[in-house]
Amino acid sequence: MDTLLIAEQALNGLQFGVMLFLMAAGLTLVFGIMDLINLAHGSFYMVGAYLTAAFVGVFDHFLLALLAAVALTALVGLAVEWTALRSFYRRDHLDQVLATFGLILFFNELARIIWGPVPIFLNPPAALAGTVNLFGLQYPAIRLAILGVGVAVALLLWLLIARTRVGMLIRAGATNREMVMALGVDVRLLFSLVFALGAGLAGLAGAMAGPVLAVQVGMGEQILILTFVVIVIGGIGSVRGALAGALLVGMVDTLGRATLPALFRLFLDPAAANGAGGAAASMAIYVLMALVLAIRPRGLFPAG
Amino acid sequence: MTRPRFALLVMLAVGLLLPVVAAWMGEPFYVRLGTRILVFALAAVSLDLILGYGGMVSFGHAAFVGVGAYVVGVLFVHASEYTPILGLTATQNALIVWPLAAAVAALAAVPIGLISLRTTGVPFIMITLAFAQMLFYLMTGLKAYGGDDGVALWNRNELPDSPALADNTVFYYVTLGILVAVLVAAHRMVRSRFGRVLRGAKDNERRMRALGFPVTRYKLAAFVIAAAIAGLAGALLANATLFVGPQYLHWSRSGDLIVMVVLGGMGTLAGPVVGAAALLLLEEFVPELMNLAKPGLGEHWKIVLGPVLLLLVLYARRGLWGWIAGSRR
Amino acid sequence: MDRGVAAMSAPAALEVRDLVKRFGGLAATDGLSLAVTAGELHALIGPNGAGKTTLIGQLSGELRPDAGSVRFRDRDVTRLPAHRRAAMGLARSFQITSLFPSFSVLDNVAMAVQAHAGHSFRFWRDAGRDRRLGDPARAVLERVGLSARADVYASDLAHGEARQLELAMALAGDPALLLLDEPMAGCGPEESARMVELLRSLKGTVTILLVEHDMDAVFALADRITVLVRGRALATGTPAAIRSDPAVREAYLGGEAA
Repeated sequence: MDTLLIAEQALNGLQFGVMLFLMAAGLTLVFGIMDLINLAHGSFYMVGAYLTAAFVGVFDHFLLALLAAVALTALVGLAVEWTALRSFYRRDHLDQVLATFGLILFFNELARIIWGPVPIFLNPPAALAGTVNLFGLQYPAIRLAILGVGVAVALLLWLLIARTRVGMLIRAGATNREMVMALGVDVRLLFSLVFALGAGLAGLAGAMAGPVLAVQVGMGEQILILTFVVIVIGGIGSVRGALAGALLVGMVDTLGRATLPALFRLFLDPAAANGAGGAAASMAIYVLMALVLAIRPRGLFPAG
Repeated sequence: MTRPRFALLVMLAVGLLLPVVAAWMGEPFYVRLGTRILVFALAAVSLDLILGYGGMVSFGHAAFVGVGAYVVGVLFVHASEYTPILGLTATQNALIVWPLAAAVAALAAVPIGLISLRTTGVPFIMITLAFAQMLFYLMTGLKAYGGDDGVALWNRNELPDSPALADNTVFYYVTLGILVAVLVAAHRMVRSRFGRVLRGAKDNERRMRALGFPVTRYKLAAFVIAAAIAGLAGALLANATLFVGPQYLHWSRSGDLIVMVVLGGMGTLAGPVVGAAALLLLEEFVPELMNLAKPGLGEHWKIVLGPVLLLLVLYARRGLWGWIAGSRR
Repeated sequence: MDRGVAAMSAPAALEVRDLVKRFGGLAATDGLSLAVTAGELHALIGPNGAGKTTLIGQLSGELRPDAGSVRFRDRDVTRLPAHRRAAMGLARSFQITSLFPSFSVLDNVAMAVQAHAGHSFRFWRDAGRDRRLGDPARAVLERVGLSARADVYASDLAHGEARQLELAMALAGDPALLLLDEPMAGCGPEESARMVELLRSLKGTVTILLVEHDMDAVFALADRITVLVRGRALATGTPAAIRSDPAVREAYLGGEAA
């Protein structure tokens, strides 16, 4: 395989990695601070994607549609937190699993009613429809833009967490919930804020996924499970771990999909190799997770 | 007679009489529905052993059901193509295939349990879900056994020299017998020393270690036993539906099993049975009711189920069995 | 000022040497040495932050020390997990009551008995009717005076009773060493007095390492006392010797003992 192809796949891996990070950051913060496991986090990703598709139809302007979709997804997150999940912070994890499983069923069915069962394919905005020449590599501009936005958001998130008062509370809350409550902070407001932030980030990931992947019911859970793998690898509750885990999973998954079927073709017939290689590529990150856990049960960067 | 005992007798009577009533009503469909309920009850009971008694919130239990089903499916493909598997002739003998399904599921549970049980709480939930997804992808990659589409089976496993299992009613009673036998064994188990260790670990794992129990070893044993029963349920499921496919391992199936356990009442043995019956009956009849209100509405019944689940968790944690059996700790 | 350790001639049930445990840069245990002689009631006192909780974690096996060794019954157990040490006869009670709330009082103790009755891969017989668990459990309940409450759920016990049950569970396996982490914590005067009587009745029959804040109880019960300050053993000796030790008065007891 030549270097250009590898470079392209590596960029794809990075781009997938930052998407996963957008998902994982919110989920891990919500868990770290509220001690809530939210299965419906993937639903925000799906909502973000569908809303972008819908707004593109209204505004006929991708960036505008994306911004509106992200804002609205954050509001949906806020609404979910207010109406449903607030009562579950003090419940045990099984209750949270069941309740948010219920939310998934609700959101998936709602999306199916509104948008139907057929996947929607979003066109990238005209400015990003072509390719960019990167040292001889013709790389899709939209993917590069996603990578750029992802890196920028990761930086902003880091600034928010490392440099602001809210960020200080978030950090403190992730390692010691009781302490933050003892500080006399309006914890409910902080919780709502963090939850909306997480939903917004997931919505952003979904909005950007629209032009790259198909927008369809079930897309949220597929990425949710990957996000779980990211968080478990990175160390639950840790944003730094989420970043490391996301990049690792993004790379391993993308490179696995690019190389494993070819590898299997060396000793299997093409059809069988594509099947087995594809399955092996799908399983690669779970094997990675198993390896990490066998060595470090609390993940690479355990919080607290 | 105590109230729970009476309720159990009623349940057993309903189980025994269902095919008779279905035949009298001329609705053979109810026998198939009943069989599915029994199969999922078996799977839910196995999940409750680790979830309700052991406090292990596994979100990947459907994977073991799927593995059991695939044992049936793989053997069927080889038997129907007259190709050997691992150098052996593929058998269709239920007395071999079903225990084999349980054994293979148990074997799969050993490494998964070993790694997952290094953690507890939320990481455990995430990891079991992830491993189940891994097995899901593994099955979709098995092109020789249908890949994404799965395999349709032409016939059930057989008893030696007898075509009896092909009959839906016979198969129903065999499934009922297996469920009752597993329930009796589980009833003994949760009261045995082993069961006490399991329940003690759920109550206070740190204390168990301080008392000298190597807790992880017992939890792993329970995890493997539960997987074996789930594998058996999977073998029965394949025989009941005459189909094997990756969707049996889909993450939402694991969610369904948790719902059955909690809906029925976790930490009880009758609860998961009631829960399985309740969820499958709802799934069967609520859409029909909704279709009466407006044709086509029924296919979206999960938009009702979702919020109902949430409310259930908020306000009715003891589950249906707690309500049926009356107040008891 | 580490007098007690080298001077003892009786066999040591527990011997701690140069134990170190750091959290970040902070040494919670800082080169601690300590020996508990078989048969004695050895008390461990120290001001808040002296490192008592960290020490107990390392003795019971829940925390791994950074350096030093723990010997129990002439065996190096420094790297053994908690359940292995417990199986060797190191029983402990918890500062914050740690019971099985959904089990009856009797079954709480029966669980402790079961822990020492071989493996529990027994799947068929009803453990609730097993007299090999029930009889010893009843005997222990008798010993701590909880027989009348045998069939109550552990979660329904009053605080003092829960402390007694905690002790009963630790006693059930006939331990070689009883590690008691503040058994009087949260007890009123009456409950404390009952606990002191209970501990006095145990003296001589079982080796005890008692960590306790209640000075009256410690000085009334202990054969020897070790004073822990900033992760080190400042002094070890009889209650009388500790009471008159100027360094101890300086560092810890202050005006309280005067």
